[in-house]
Amino acid sequence: MRVGLFVTCVNDTLYPRTGRAVVTLLERLGVQVDFPAEQSCCGQPLFNTGYRHRTEPLLRRYAAAFRDHDYIVTPSGSCAAMVRDNYPRIAAKATAEGRPGAVPAAVAEAAARTYELTEFLVDVLGVTDVGAYYPHTVTYHPTCHGLRVLGLGDRPQRLLERVEGLDLRELPGAEECCGFGGTFAVKNPAVSAAMGTDKARAVTSTGARALCTVDNSCLMHIGGILAREGSPVTPVHIAEILAGSKEDGADGTPAGDGAGRGAAR
Amino acid sequence: MTGTYLGMPSFPRAADASTRDHRLRANLRRATHTIRAKRDRAVAELDDWVQLRAAGAAVKDRTLRHLDHYLVQLEESVTRAGGTVHWAADAAEANRIVTGLVLATGEREVVKVKSMATQETGLNGALAAAGIRAYETDLAELIVQLGDDLPSHILVPAIHRNRAEIRDIFRRRMAEWGLPAPEGLTDRPADLAEAARLHLREKFLRAKVAVSGANFAVAETGTLVVVESEGNGRMCLTLPETLISVVGIEKVVPTWRDLEIFLQLLPRSSTAERMNPYTSMWTGTTDGDGPRAFHLVLLDNGRTDTLADTTGRQALRCIRCSACLNVCPVYERAGGHAYGSPYPGPIGAVLTPQLRGLASPLEESLPYASSLCGACFEACPVAIDIPEVLVHLRERVVEGGTVTLRGTRTVIKPAKRHATERTVMRAAGWAFDHPRVLRRGQRLLARTRGLHPGRLPGPGRAWSDARDLPEVPPESFRDWWARTRGGSGRKGEPS
Repeated sequence: MRVGLFVTCVNDTLYPRTGRAVVTLLERLGVQVDFPAEQSCCGQPLFNTGYRHRTEPLLRRYAAAFRDHDYIVTPSGSCAAMVRDNYPRIAAKATAEGRPGAVPAAVAEAAARTYELTEFLVDVLGVTDVGAYYPHTVTYHPTCHGLRVLGLGDRPQRLLERVEGLDLRELPGAEECCGFGGTFAVKNPAVSAAMGTDKARAVTSTGARALCTVDNSCLMHIGGILAREGSPVTPVHIAEILAGSKEDGADGTPAGDGAGRGAAR
Repeated sequence: MTGTYLGMPSFPRAADASTRDHRLRANLRRATHTIRAKRDRAVAELDDWVQLRAAGAAVKDRTLRHLDHYLVQLEESVTRAGGTVHWAADAAEANRIVTGLVLATGEREVVKVKSMATQETGLNGALAAAGIRAYETDLAELIVQLGDDLPSHILVPAIHRNRAEIRDIFRRRMAEWGLPAPEGLTDRPADLAEAARLHLREKFLRAKVAVSGANFAVAETGTLVVVESEGNGRMCLTLPETLISVVGIEKVVPTWRDLEIFLQLLPRSSTAERMNPYTSMWTGTTDGDGPRAFHLVLLDNGRTDTLADTTGRQALRCIRCSACLNVCPVYERAGGHAYGSPYPGPIGAVLTPQLRGLASPLEESLPYASSLCGACFEACPVAIDIPEVLVHLRERVVEGGTVTLRGTRTVIKPAKRHATERTVMRAAGWAFDHPRVLRRGQRLLARTRGLHPGRLPGPGRAWSDARDLPEVPPESFRDWWARTRGGSGRKGEPS
């Protein structure tokens, strides 16, 4: 099985620990991981802001970078959703508008091989117990794209429940958006911050020490607010929890990527 | 579209004020969360909801594809049943027609059934300018009218008010509009309802002319349908001598049978009820029963232009249930007024810019009034992919493109205000397509990580005002992979 890691631009630049955790985790499960360096951003920030044409080279790049892989795995619900939900549409529109460069068939075919990490673990590898150890209280925020576009359902929770030592706390109002929304956070700062503050309050109310999601961009937003409020909650990507083992996961502060400056590292 | 909402600020500016209004936030949160939970239960009771939803979307789409045919059929059916059909291309024409019809009766006051179409055209203002007083009879519309306010929700126009505020409005204003509020009125819901009932009864018994909208108009029979919870609409539809209904052209359904779908979808989605309390249907006029004259004003006002947009036209499926408002986290914080239109929330964010055109900073800002979380799409009983339309309209704002304005295909230019953003996006798109450039940028970021400011300048300031910035790691994933995996991933990297 040839698995290509699509690490995403946010993880590559700001959260490399998440990508390293995916490699550790998949290799522990006997999967050989490849990282094609010609990969780039999925184009979501461009597309969602209204610059559809500018995403077309990125579609082509994605299809080329991962053309030889059986599966493409990404630790980002929203980037997987962008690829699966929007790539085929964008490619088809480009062709209809006389710009066939995006190659609809190749793009749609690559999109169909794309999996968000927890989906890949549960649906393709067929595992829920990944042999992880993480002795902390954790609450899980289901991100909007993971929940509504990919339909991840309870896959992430099923994986978390099988992590040794992990105490999973239910998050009130879990299905509500955290308010990040890419450029939404910049274009509508007041509403974005109000949504994020409510989410941060719900997170704190669980008493959990770590907040986990399938998307670092949501964690960056919620974690940034938690850090500003001086909260002890550490944002951590689900891949880092699932990659945790007895050797590196000693009791104490949960290991996270430190979404905010104030967060523990 | 309407005078009342003219001059509203853009969405982010309006929302900046409303998100700080703690009473508004609390009122909205309580109301939307209550109805949201009830709706989930009501929908879960039906095991064929998914099929109903698909059927609703399919009927609407098929009707929209042949709208010309069904509208002509509707006109014939209504005329045959004794009604008169008028066609209004825009709000001004609709208001002119209605005003003329009222003046011709010799009356100077009308009772109104709650109607989105007449909110859209600003009919009450036009009637007032002609010396005609319009009385809103829906309880929430009455509260809005007495409070010199604007509606902030499609179904519950006074959702932003709590009962203490409503008591104060009744005490202060009822006397000016008719029967005064009872002495010592309290804020008990039953007392408030009784005060409104007494106030409105006088209007129902006196009025000779009523103005309504309609939830559906059946082409095959010429039947109009109003769906409401209070029965006040039914009083207006049956007691007066003249009934004038202003109806958007997208409200037509082909057959009586089609109502079966929508009368299940609508109440459960809007009020979380299994069956709607008052469903009034009327077909033309009948001797000795109900109004003696019936006029149907069919309103376009941007709908044909919207229909011409193959992606955006799905917004015309909307049955005004407001389920999308009640699940929208943005609506819940910003409130309905921030949308600058009688259509607030997610559906307003796609409908208003299409009906009015991307005419001003307000309409341009509406497609961005969403985090694209998808809750609206999930809740919509006719499966309008609101996020898809939002992104499509964003593209129109920043890139321009072909639109239809007043029936003419026009290529609009990109909005000027987005020039800086366009430059940034062009640069980002280029860098993303050149991984070596991206890598150099990452390395520069990592090298300078000690120097990064705690607060961002420019548009990023809004971000760092409310949140801490992420810390840049010393090494990107890309570099880590190249360093530890012997650069095997480098192969194939384009120059």
